[in-house]
Amino acid sequence: MSHVVSPIREKLVTGGKSYSDVTHDICKQVEGEPTKEWKWAFGISSIVFIYGAYCLFYTWWQGIGVWGLNKTVGWAWDITNFVWWVGIGHAGTLISAVLLLFRQKWRTSINRSAEAMTIFAVLCAASFILAHMGRPWLAHWALPLPNAFGSLWVNFNSPLVWDVFAISTYLSVSLLFWYMGLVPDLASIRDRATTKGRKFWYGLFSLGWTGSSKTWARYEYMSLILAGISTPLVLSVHTIVSMDFATSVIPGWHTTIFPPYFVAGAIFSGFAMVQTLLLITRVVFKLEDYITIEHIEMMNIVITVTGSVVGIAYLTEFFIAWYSGVEYESYAFINRATGPYWWAYWMMMTCNVISPQLFWSKAIRTNLMVSFFLSIVVNVGMWFERFVIIVTSLHRDYLPSSWAMFSPTMYDIGDYIFSFGLFFTLFFLFAKYLPVVNMAEVKSVMKGVSSNFPEKKKVSKKTEE
Amino acid sequence: MSSTTNYILGVYDDEDEVLHAVSEVKSKGIKIEDVFTPFPIHGLDRAVGHERTRLPIAAFMFGVLGLTCALALISYTMVFDWPMIIGGKDFFALPNWIPVTFEGTVLFTAFGLVTTFCISNNLYPGNQPDLLDLRITDDKFVMAINVDKNKKVSADDIKKALKDSGAIEVNVK
Repeated sequence: MSHVVSPIREKLVTGGKSYSDVTHDICKQVEGEPTKEWKWAFGISSIVFIYGAYCLFYTWWQGIGVWGLNKTVGWAWDITNFVWWVGIGHAGTLISAVLLLFRQKWRTSINRSAEAMTIFAVLCAASFILAHMGRPWLAHWALPLPNAFGSLWVNFNSPLVWDVFAISTYLSVSLLFWYMGLVPDLASIRDRATTKGRKFWYGLFSLGWTGSSKTWARYEYMSLILAGISTPLVLSVHTIVSMDFATSVIPGWHTTIFPPYFVAGAIFSGFAMVQTLLLITRVVFKLEDYITIEHIEMMNIVITVTGSVVGIAYLTEFFIAWYSGVEYESYAFINRATGPYWWAYWMMMTCNVISPQLFWSKAIRTNLMVSFFLSIVVNVGMWFERFVIIVTSLHRDYLPSSWAMFSPTMYDIGDYIFSFGLFFTLFFLFAKYLPVVNMAEVKSVMKGVSSNFPEKKKVSKKTEE
Repeated sequence: MSSTTNYILGVYDDEDEVLHAVSEVKSKGIKIEDVFTPFPIHGLDRAVGHERTRLPIAAFMFGVLGLTCALALISYTMVFDWPMIIGGKDFFALPNWIPVTFEGTVLFTAFGLVTTFCISNNLYPGNQPDLLDLRITDDKFVMAINVDKNKKVSADDIKKALKDSGAIEVNVK
């Protein structure tokens, strides 16, 4: 019939689940009391968040002089962290939009948490944009609003203005996509609700969803169009972030390879972060039947592919620096690999280029502990990539007398800690109060791919009679 | 749905069965009001007899609107209101405007599309629908038949048709 059962595909949902089991398994953690593990995790991330919030408050209060910047290195951890978080934020939209367009059914059980992660990561990135403005209360100056300076407008030729538009569009469209995906599942919780509070809140946000075939048909079209516009959107965002650097004339930044190289790096680090979170979530919420080894393996394959693209980009940059014959460009790259920041460069090379190649072995890419460890290694490497690009290109400029090194202060570190606190606090709140797996989508792909599905159904039918 | 209407509900527990049942029930001259399902079933809306949605057209229109607004704003500010030479470029530096124009187009398309979707399906915060069966959002597929719109077929015949087509329960609401 409408479902084609492929004999070679692995099962996407294991354990012979029925539709009702899916609803029950996913709603369980929303409806039950918070578990002890959750309380600990949430408690620790809140403490981290509060400490970070203090550091960020102090930064806002005193100004960015509290950072370790000097007149040579005028951009360091703030922008490194910003680019790192935005990059991580790319995976959610990629999984839900690009894999939807490619009809990859394995996306269904991971897209919800990946999209949530996207939104939280972009919020973390936004905190660094605001902080590095120095006077965050004037953030609206980045928008083309009529003002008392004769209406002095923003410069639409500037990549920094493009960035404001790209990030804010990306955040709002991702939020919209994620929320519309949640509506049918919120209705499921509403219809199961036993308490007044749950009935009210989930009822309010499920917008009166009925599940009529007409609504579903329109919903499918809407998802498809949103996926269609989100795909170029997600590619545009990191392209524009890379242009913040590439349109300048600093050796090491001024390269045309930046847009595709940044996009590949973003997918790479984003998938690694999704992997880290999924491996924790599946254990904490006992979702092993929904997030299977097959999913982990698929993710690892994407990590290997994008990691290799990033590796080729590193080598290409080096080659072009030599082949161009521009001595400043050549110096910038030789200094990266052999200068005072050699350790950051080789950290980046090891973590991003060598470590994902281990996934060529099936035993390694299906091993959970190794996958978890490598997913963190990849994100450490991707942080160093941005650090290398930003700090090593700046720290030795054209004038040797102004050469300098950068050392972070406690507020550089504290503001970075803030973003982790924010990210994990939001993620744990999401994991407790919203369904972490898209139930409607999982149900829609189960029949073709779930193990023992027809047998299980016959049994349940008999018991009902 | 108003509570004064009489509905006969056929409850199914399999998506393929309900899709078959739709054409089977229709072939007996019974008009189906709608089918409610926990997840989208491809082809079900067409089988019930709903017209193809015009949402893509709306999305395109919003996209065109976004593109126009973005270009109008940028050209007004950069060419007419306060022209400045930046990097030796023309005032009308169209290639530089592509990023913001693109983002504007996407933003208008997404919000216009979702707003249109919500309005056309009567979805809004605080809407409390009179649900026909609470198991629709869990694991049951419910075919709703409006008795008042099926004067020619008796209620018993409708119930029989639903049972014959594979319904595991037939309820009246």
